[in-house]
Amino acid sequence: MNARLFALPALSMRFVHIWRRNLLVWRKLAIPSMLGNLADPMIFLFGLGYGLGAMMPAVQGVPYIAFLAGGMVVSSTMYAATFEAMYSAFSRMHQQKTWEGILNAPILLEDVVLGELVWATTKATLSGVCILAVVTVLGFASPKFVLALLPVIVLTGLAFAALGLAMNALAPNYDFFMYYFTLVITPTSLISGVFFPIDQLPAVLQGAAAAMPLYHAVALARPLMFGEWPQDILLHLAVPVVYAAVGFYVALVLTRRRLLK
Amino acid sequence: MSLSATGRTVLSVAGLRKRYGADEVVAGIDFEVQAGECFGLLGPNGAGKTTTLKLALGLIDPDAGTIRLLDRPVPQEAREARQRVGVVPQFDNLDPDFTASENLRVYGRYFGMKKSEIEARIPQLLEFAGIANRGTGKIQALSGGMKRRLTLARALVNDPEVVFMDEPTTGLDPQARHLIWERLKRLKQDGKTLLLTTHFMEEAERLCSRLVIMDHGRIIALGSPRELISKHIEPNVVEVHGPGFEGWAEAARKLAGRVEIAGETAFCYATDEEPLVASLKSHPQLIYLHRPANLEDVFLKLTGRDLRD
Repeated sequence: MNARLFALPALSMRFVHIWRRNLLVWRKLAIPSMLGNLADPMIFLFGLGYGLGAMMPAVQGVPYIAFLAGGMVVSSTMYAATFEAMYSAFSRMHQQKTWEGILNAPILLEDVVLGELVWATTKATLSGVCILAVVTVLGFASPKFVLALLPVIVLTGLAFAALGLAMNALAPNYDFFMYYFTLVITPTSLISGVFFPIDQLPAVLQGAAAAMPLYHAVALARPLMFGEWPQDILLHLAVPVVYAAVGFYVALVLTRRRLLK
Repeated sequence: MSLSATGRTVLSVAGLRKRYGADEVVAGIDFEVQAGECFGLLGPNGAGKTTTLKLALGLIDPDAGTIRLLDRPVPQEAREARQRVGVVPQFDNLDPDFTASENLRVYGRYFGMKKSEIEARIPQLLEFAGIANRGTGKIQALSGGMKRRLTLARALVNDPEVVFMDEPTTGLDPQARHLIWERLKRLKQDGKTLLLTTHFMEEAERLCSRLVIMDHGRIIALGSPRELISKHIEPNVVEVHGPGFEGWAEAARKLAGRVEIAGETAFCYATDEEPLVASLKSHPQLIYLHRPANLEDVFLKLTGRDLRD
């Protein structure tokens, strides 16, 4: 029993079937879904960028809205991945019993969890890319390294989708997700350099930020959007990669414990 | 016992046990299902029927025992075995965001079926479900019976050899239930092996070639419906109620093989019902029903009349 619980995932391309199922549902609701995903970060970006930015001097040598844009691209990716991997996956797992139906077919739980991970990452990537496109077209970001931002956005999505799926496996109900938002996601977005440079924060908070993937995503995204090549690239890539890989495994074990008992 | 021409064993279960905390839900059961038969798992709520189905499909791990499904060990090779199995779950889990056709199409993909294969099957499956003209309609617009038939059709998308059904007609009205029964008979004629759980005795009596009665995780009887009735119960039943029925029932104990009092009714089981009916002639205040014994009588005798919740 325990051997099966902790077994490494037997990965296969079968996850694509689950991804395509979610894509088909999304296509029916694409317009409202896209608007919902984009409106919130855009309001923040322009509200804070222009409103707060008007009262501020340049930050790191650029107008505040250009500084903020680098953070918003990856933090909106984080939010989109987290929402999809928690609320939407929970609906499919718990409310609609969609997973139960899928598992009656020749599909393994790892196929389902991987399918949800890739799907949440897909939606999150779409959200991050849309914001990136808007700020680049408006001239708040340099188009020079714009393609290099794609892997940063994808990794951010993978890392937070994996964490979200682990939370999904633990959740008794939808209310549970509020704790995760309040205790993890909101503080993370405040200390990771999305809204302000973190060198003014106490060392302990800077350390906490460095332990989360969002800080590393910001450390890559912001210079790239300024048209500069970032420093410590390997470290900043490694942290979200580890979160994605370990997070996926933990999510799988927790989901096995929940559903295969 | 009805065996198909090949007599091949489709599912065999030996020494199967599953415990949840202090509760042993499946407490050591053995049975075999042969190709082409309709095999029933009967039992009151909590008897372990659904857990047995899930164990046989490899969806949960047993604590002890061996399972072979379509010549593969379960749970080790359950995924490969499920390639040739269809499953109708206890509660419909059709995709509410999809049309009927989309439900079938997406489900077919889970079996690795090619697009052309699935598209060729969709019209047949919609026809089987009796909703040939509602393929592009929303699932929400379908009645309970239609949804249940679509769930059954979805389980057939891969043209399975065996169909597992967990309470296929629970919650349906009589018309919808009879239609499902007709479809299941059609599947039997097509040579499919059916394994179903139910607590409708009438359903088991009509459909099952063989069945087991389960209670508290154990198998307490195995056989065809006729065998079980003739083995466990007298062929005639006289049910009596009305003012003073208890007094009459005491006297009737000499006339019947067995008299059981449940609430306001006396159930008299007898090989020859004539003396009972004759004695009732002198008690015009009593209301009685004479009927042949059925599976429900066997079931109640073996599992008792206490409520299970």
